Amino acid sequence: MSVDPHLSGLTGTILHDVTVPARAPWLHHVAAGQTLRIVDLEGNQAVDFLLYSAADDAERYSAQDTVAAQGNLFLRQGTVLRSNEGRAMMTIAATSVEYHDTIGGACSCESNTLRYGHHTKAQHACVENFLEANLAEGRGKRDMVSNINFFMNVPVEADGSLGIVDGISAPGLTVDLKAEMDVVVVVSNCPQINNPCNAFNPTPVRMIVAG
Amino acid sequence: MSEVLANPLAARDHARRMAGTVVEAMPVLPPIADDLPEEASPADLLWEETIAAGGYATRRLARGARLRLIDVQGDACASLLLFNAEMPTERLNVADTVKIQWNAYIGAGKLLLSDMGRVLMSITEDSAGTHDTFCGASNAATNGAKYGDGSNSGPHPNGRDRLLLGAAKHGLTRRDVHPCVNLFKGTRIEADGTITPLVGPYEPGRSVILRAEMDVIAVIANCPHVLDPRADWTVTPLRATAWRGPVTPAHDAIRNATPEGLRAFENVDDYYRR
Repeated sequence: MSVDPHLSGLTGTILHDVTVPARAPWLHHVAAGQTLRIVDLEGNQAVDFLLYSAADDAERYSAQDTVAAQGNLFLRQGTVLRSNEGRAMMTIAATSVEYHDTIGGACSCESNTLRYGHHTKAQHACVENFLEANLAEGRGKRDMVSNINFFMNVPVEADGSLGIVDGISAPGLTVDLKAEMDVVVVVSNCPQINNPCNAFNPTPVRMIVAG
Repeated sequence: MSEVLANPLAARDHARRMAGTVVEAMPVLPPIADDLPEEASPADLLWEETIAAGGYATRRLARGARLRLIDVQGDACASLLLFNAEMPTERLNVADTVKIQWNAYIGAGKLLLSDMGRVLMSITEDSAGTHDTFCGASNAATNGAKYGDGSNSGPHPNGRDRLLLGAAKHGLTRRDVHPCVNLFKGTRIEADGTITPLVGPYEPGRSVILRAEMDVIAVIANCPHVLDPRADWTVTPLRATAWRGPVTPAHDAIRNATPEGLRAFENVDDYYRR
């Protein structure tokens, strides 16, 4: 019997296991106590990530509350992902990448026109994925906030310079998120092709829920 | 029971006797300011208000209007939300603001960008230099943990609940209170990602002038920075003054400073092409 290395270390029953195609959205409800593992199958793939409280989706992930509470910009093992009410939503239980980004936001058709030029307006973008997934549950544009970019690297230099640079991820690397409350996870498997966040080549990621 | 409690006319007279009372934190109607910059005419004044320590204020500003904020005593913290006034689903996007300008620190010449690829306001002048795009506002939980209480009705109001009330005055709700920027209180990011708060207190009178590049709703809360290390809830009043001004012309230096910024202005032009 072959052993699936991507399931290594997960405890309990595998409740959900899906490969999200390159460029696609994904939405899933994860109950308190369950663990979501994200696998960067081919490496250097940014996974744009939002969270909502399943009981009250006006409570949602807050990048600002998260970084302020830990006094550090980077999301590492042990980071508590906090809501706009300051509550714990999920915890990064394990990560095989040193840190993840939550300041770079999501690409959109509109921001692409600024960053790269109006010729990119028609390209698919993370905000399109976030909207498509959220609209299915009655959320909309007002529910878009600063997100997490798993497997993405946005260092801040001493003079404040920042930019999305080469990923620090590699094929098969993972991040495990333990739900601290019942949450709705909304993901955009980033379709960006104009900067190094996906090594200019969007690839699939695998989502596994165990508990 | 005293007369003023029992008699409605006495209560009316008591209320009316308050007219003309002057306190530190209040709006001035009609607006008067004796320290306007040269290019601003007193006839163009739109707003003059001192926002209390722990208070908030909100204002709709037309395209071209200037908003000057003054940290009167050196310990204010202006948490700022911005919305497109005619379509408030478009709002300040802090991530796009830092990413598109390739820099985390805001100051003179920088743009505050919306989530629709447009510039809501630009910063035309800044004598403070200590601002923060990362930490957002305090909330009831953080103020409760630090000061024992963070409620609007208590002695240590928190930034988020102030922003919620300000947004609510425009019919907006919890879903609309997005990540904010903090003016006057800053952060510095260390190489390992550590956030160092820069909270002063600073010399009195530092100011920031913002120019509305679209018709905007500004919501401002003035509560201690969420990472203020001081044990006591410490904040001082914030003065807001606004005046009419011309829409940014094509040759404007800030408009033309970067290709990304210029495209944000071009997207604004396109939005108002009607």
